[in-house]
Amino acid sequence: MLIRETIFLAIRAIRRNVLRSSLTILGIVIGVAAVISMVTVGSGATQKVTDDISGLGSNILHVRTGQGMRGPGGARSSADAFTMEDLTAIRNGVAGIVAVAPNSQTSKQAIAGNSNWSTTVIGTTNDYLLANNWPMKDGREFSDNEIKAGGAVCLIGETVKEEIFGDESPLGKTIRLDTIAFKIIGLLEEKGQSNFGQDQDDVVMIPIKTLQRRMAGNTDVDSIIVSVKDGVSTSSVQSGIESLLRERRGIKQGDDDDFHVRDMKEIIETVTGTTTVLTALLSAVAGVSLLVGGIGIMNIMMVSVTERTREIGTRLAIGALENDVLLQFLVEAVVLTSFGGLAGIVVGLSAAALISHIIGVPFVFTPGIIITAFLVSALVGMVFGYFPARKAASMNPIEALRYE
Amino acid sequence: MTVSDMNSKDRTRLIQIENITKIYGNGQNAMKALDGVSLDIHQGEFVAMMGPSGSGKSTCLNIMGCLDTPTSGSYHFDDVRVNSLSRNQRALLRKQFLGFIFQGFNLLSRTSALENVELPLIYRKIPAKQRHVLAMEALETVGLAKWYHHTPAELSGGQQQRVAIARAIVGKPKILLADEPTGNLDSTRSVEIMEMMKKFNREEGITVVMVTHEPDMAEYADRQIFFQDGVIKSDTLMEGQSC
Repeated sequence: MLIRETIFLAIRAIRRNVLRSSLTILGIVIGVAAVISMVTVGSGATQKVTDDISGLGSNILHVRTGQGMRGPGGARSSADAFTMEDLTAIRNGVAGIVAVAPNSQTSKQAIAGNSNWSTTVIGTTNDYLLANNWPMKDGREFSDNEIKAGGAVCLIGETVKEEIFGDESPLGKTIRLDTIAFKIIGLLEEKGQSNFGQDQDDVVMIPIKTLQRRMAGNTDVDSIIVSVKDGVSTSSVQSGIESLLRERRGIKQGDDDDFHVRDMKEIIETVTGTTTVLTALLSAVAGVSLLVGGIGIMNIMMVSVTERTREIGTRLAIGALENDVLLQFLVEAVVLTSFGGLAGIVVGLSAAALISHIIGVPFVFTPGIIITAFLVSALVGMVFGYFPARKAASMNPIEALRYE
Repeated sequence: MTVSDMNSKDRTRLIQIENITKIYGNGQNAMKALDGVSLDIHQGEFVAMMGPSGSGKSTCLNIMGCLDTPTSGSYHFDDVRVNSLSRNQRALLRKQFLGFIFQGFNLLSRTSALENVELPLIYRKIPAKQRHVLAMEALETVGLAKWYHHTPAELSGGQQQRVAIARAIVGKPKILLADEPTGNLDSTRSVEIMEMMKKFNREEGITVVMVTHEPDMAEYADRQIFFQDGVIKSDTLMEGQSC
């Protein structure tokens, strides 16, 4: 039989029982819609996270002590802290670097007059602003002298300014951290939330030396931030830093590093990895609905074949070959599930658009998943339609003709 | 004139049945539908097979129509031994050479007369345009060209059977097999149908084999075969019928 006629015939058979056909493909519609919306929203979430993290600067490396961490906020090991000498060595010994900044953090109450505010204190140098591409809104950066000598000066973030000084200009005023009075020399530009939900503007920056000497009482640098020049591969800089630090920290050949250099890509991979696993898991659950839908198709096709026994007998008598009948019912099942697939795609994309809008992630249209969903639904029809079609094709024409 | 006389004539033998039996079921439930039937049918004949219910006439027709296979004996259609053919090969034979008419018409419901007639042509992979022309011609010959877009539900019984005849002859078969074609029709419609079959037999030279239990209808045939208890009781060429 001609394929065009077969498809036409299948559509007509389906249209004869619109309600039953619609109910039959509901399982497929729900299955496909669920998979499509899961994957689409999942891709949107992944893209949002990726965009956010990339926004921090994809050319930044974080050097921390301890073994590699799985995701942000993991536990530190007891490995030796870095020192300012390490930073100097990196700056002089590794090519392709824009800035190397120390980063030691602590939590303090910032007090000025009657106001006080709990905030994060970062001990660092001007390189921190350079590496993070963080401009000043007002005032000035640290002077060389203040950094070398550990002056009691600070730069404050927008949140700290708002909380303590309100609309007043903070420049030249003093705030106390513990018992030490710091003179505010600069106000940082607003930076907003980090992708982990932290308010980056809730910060007071002081020279690293001040923090070491007057607060921590040591010469430790918790972590190092390295900004790589544009056009220089981060991985080459990363390995440069690794070999240099191994040497400086006296790590023998074959021993594991007791520090870790991470680039943003790695953080992105860790975070998106989680999203991807979740998406896959949810899609698998949704996929089960496709299987159930397929069984529904098989059930209805069996009923349809039985109902049309006489028709099948007539067709066999007037010239249909076994394969013609097989093809007819197979095509009917495939057309049925393909309609289900198309409807599922429309429903799934609409649902994804709505959910993306509500939870505030971008709507990512993935053509691959659309095509896959369509092909899978057609395949479901082929697999679950085969048995009923086989039953129809192998009917005895005489018995089929006599069937009442 | 006897059947053997006719065999001597120079006519192509279309069907050759030799000593066939057909047993349904097995063991104690076994039912012998045919018990050693031998029969030749030549091209251009109009044969009526008669007999009481269960006499084997329908079974014989089904075997001739390659819908069923005999338990023993041999069946040659146009010198092809049908016994040794596969299910699919028998279907091919039906598709190419046979036309069927059933008592219950067996038209596809909710499908127009034209599409019903086109059906055998679809299986022959004839392109749509040509199919349409051939089906309209066939409907024209049964006098239903004007009714081509009507569905079986919108047609009378006689008209439905005429559509079925158009469907059976549209593929220009060598033989038309009719199982009680007038069984569901009143006498006026029955006469119409018989006249029509007679016409195709005479004018187109289509061989007709018809099962009927109505003697009036059998009168239209050139040859009447009576079945009883699975055997042929009599096989008569009708007087006054030209061959």
